[in-house]
Amino acid sequence: MWEVLASTTFVIGLLQAALRTATPLLLAGIGELYGERSGILNIGLEGIMLIGCLFGFMTANMTGVPALGILAGGAAGIVIALIHGVLSISLGVSQVVSGVGINILCTGLSLTIYRAVFGASYSDLPRAPGMTPVQIPLLSDLPVIGTLLFSQLPLVYIAFALVPVTWFVLYRSELGLKIRACGEHPMAAETVGIHVARIRYLCVVITGFLTGIGGTFLSLGLLNFFRDNMTAGRGWIAIAVVIFGRWKPTGIMGAALVFGLASAFQMRLQAIGIDVPYQFLLMIPYVLTMLILIVTYGRSAGPAALGKPFIKEQ
Amino acid sequence: MEQPVVEMKGMVKRFGSLTAVDRVDFTLQKGTIHALLGENGAGKSTLMNLLAGLYQPDEGKIRINGEAAVIHSPRDAYDRKIGMVHQHFMLIPKLTVAENIILGLQTRSSPLLNIKDASGQIRELSQRFGIQADPDALVEELTSGEQQRVEILKMLYRNADILILDEPTAVLTPQEVSSLFQVLRKMAGQGFSIILITHKLEEVLSLCDTVDILRDGKKIDSRPASESDRNSLARMMVGREVLLEYDRLSGEQGETVLETKGISAKGSDGRDLLQDISLQVRAGEILGVAGVSGNGQSELAKTCAGLRRADSGSILCSGRDITGTSIAQRIRLGISYIPDDRHALGMFPGMGVADNLVVKQHDRPPFSRRGFRRESAIHSSADKLIDSYNIRTTSRDTSMRSLSGGNQQKAVLARELSVSPQVIIADQPTRGLDVGAIEYIHQLLLEHRRRNAAVLLISTELDEILNLSDRIIVMYAGRITYTCDTDSADIEQIGLAMAGELQ
Repeated sequence: MWEVLASTTFVIGLLQAALRTATPLLLAGIGELYGERSGILNIGLEGIMLIGCLFGFMTANMTGVPALGILAGGAAGIVIALIHGVLSISLGVSQVVSGVGINILCTGLSLTIYRAVFGASYSDLPRAPGMTPVQIPLLSDLPVIGTLLFSQLPLVYIAFALVPVTWFVLYRSELGLKIRACGEHPMAAETVGIHVARIRYLCVVITGFLTGIGGTFLSLGLLNFFRDNMTAGRGWIAIAVVIFGRWKPTGIMGAALVFGLASAFQMRLQAIGIDVPYQFLLMIPYVLTMLILIVTYGRSAGPAALGKPFIKEQ
Repeated sequence: MEQPVVEMKGMVKRFGSLTAVDRVDFTLQKGTIHALLGENGAGKSTLMNLLAGLYQPDEGKIRINGEAAVIHSPRDAYDRKIGMVHQHFMLIPKLTVAENIILGLQTRSSPLLNIKDASGQIRELSQRFGIQADPDALVEELTSGEQQRVEILKMLYRNADILILDEPTAVLTPQEVSSLFQVLRKMAGQGFSIILITHKLEEVLSLCDTVDILRDGKKIDSRPASESDRNSLARMMVGREVLLEYDRLSGEQGETVLETKGISAKGSDGRDLLQDISLQVRAGEILGVAGVSGNGQSELAKTCAGLRRADSGSILCSGRDITGTSIAQRIRLGISYIPDDRHALGMFPGMGVADNLVVKQHDRPPFSRRGFRRESAIHSSADKLIDSYNIRTTSRDTSMRSLSGGNQQKAVLARELSVSPQVIIADQPTRGLDVGAIEYIHQLLLEHRRRNAAVLLISTELDEILNLSDRIIVMYAGRITYTCDTDSADIEQIGLAMAGELQ
């Protein structure tokens, strides 16, 4: 078995799978980063991702165009995120309550819509055209890293490109300074003429869009069909990724890769038939989430006003 | 007479059923320093928040330089060159000085940040007005005096020429106060118009040209400061005669009751909160702890009360080592603690007054029998305390939340002091209260001193310390920087010690 694990094909296959598994976590994690940096905690990520996953699949199934599916998934994510926005920004509802509500809503909604559209038959599984890998000219011909890094699905490139883009937005643009100010001290932001609610709505929309797109990666990228609760906790892991990544774009990328690698590793172990009940292998990424949160949570400090409702004139 | 810079007519602002500002007129002349004097809750800050665009008035008209103005947002206020330095600074600790100053400003040329140009302009402003500030420093690393200078620069950077300062001296040492006043005088001389919100009579008399007195949301009077004196101002502010000084009556002091020996403690971020603090409080003595807020005073109080552990050193109560004992044991030894933040630590806002009063003793007779509450005992004790401490509440079951700040604090004091404690640790017991409640609490503390309790009194109001204490220590950055008897206290030295500049 150790020879299999050390072989080049195994390692490249593993890393490639790790990048793919990390992608939805990275998309949702970067999305959540915008929200949290502006002070809005969205624990409804799991639900938003699931809805994005479903609407992306349905649109691609009906139109035959995966790109439209991705956009539809992002749009569906925005709609759900806006519910959270209205509740937590305009009405000052507890963000935890709103997020939990969204998760419950989305679980039920996705099952109902899927059954209403495709019926409850399991024998004839509906499929959608998936994304196809994009070869980057020249670079994809390089040995080893060519296949690994430069012949990936388009969303993988987008997800990783978002890391430097987000860094630039947060630390080098006026908008980024406003976002960070709203997350640290909304009252101070308001007194210098920043419309806190407006900035927070913008960030909530970004969270919804990127998380929705992250969902479509599951039903149009990793697999080409939709099944119940397909996200299987990835939305929750994305929240953990933000904490583990210490609210920084590069940190979130690193954290997403660690989880991606853990997931990919356990899948490969199952495939080569290791003598451990597969349920234990399945647990690896989730147990890792808990362990890392235990180790890092106390030390990392998030935005000071994270999760606190802000109502003017109070 | 010249055209006034600001004219507010018939301003009204309501919050629910409360009228915070009730038909107030206000006129500010160019190049003057104008005081708004009043107690907490008199409506001073609310009135100025209407001018700064943070609140919208329910009624009333504002004219700026003769022109009718509707101010919907802080940005509108900046457009009219009005800037406000709030009592709680509106700075973001994790950003630099320059980032804080340019925050929210739109540069027309590009969406990117241009910190370098901004820093240059900030340096220029800071030289022109003699206000020291380093644009690249992180705000969280600045003292409160330095943060205030950043706030003033922030307004100057926005070209404000009408400057509102809300209780600016609350966080300053005496020396910082005098240098702030110098800057303000200089600015007024250059044509800036300044509004000073304050409840301190001395500031009105020594700095301001004009004073408006507010009480319960209404304007009582407006007059030149030169035609005012302490007693008449205090009377208008409070609505009755007030005692401005107390007879401390030197009493007999007994044995040392509370003692700390070299206690040190670090914060979770590794910063030193307390460094080698040794002090003694004797029976019948009030030891005053002066200092700018955030220099370890609250940590000292919490360590003595058992809310946090010292990393080294020991705490003794009547000679007995209590360093490792629990809070419950310390309560049984007769240590009472009045926390600085009554909302966070002093009370249960959703519970009734009676439950709040009994909570320290609810598990022992006569209030409890075999694990069950004895309502009759709880009720009669609560009624007695409500009466004797003059707590104004509609009933003993009214929730604490709906009491006024002064009455909440009286309830906390009733709970802590009715047990005749040996040691009283009072951390800012009068913060945010009106003069009447402050007077009452001061009398209570003096009464317990006469009863031979040992009192550790922490306050950021130097006057309070000087009025009540027998001895004074000053804390800076977690250390004791000065110790003296009140009778031989030197204000100059205390001020230097508060700033950490005393060798």
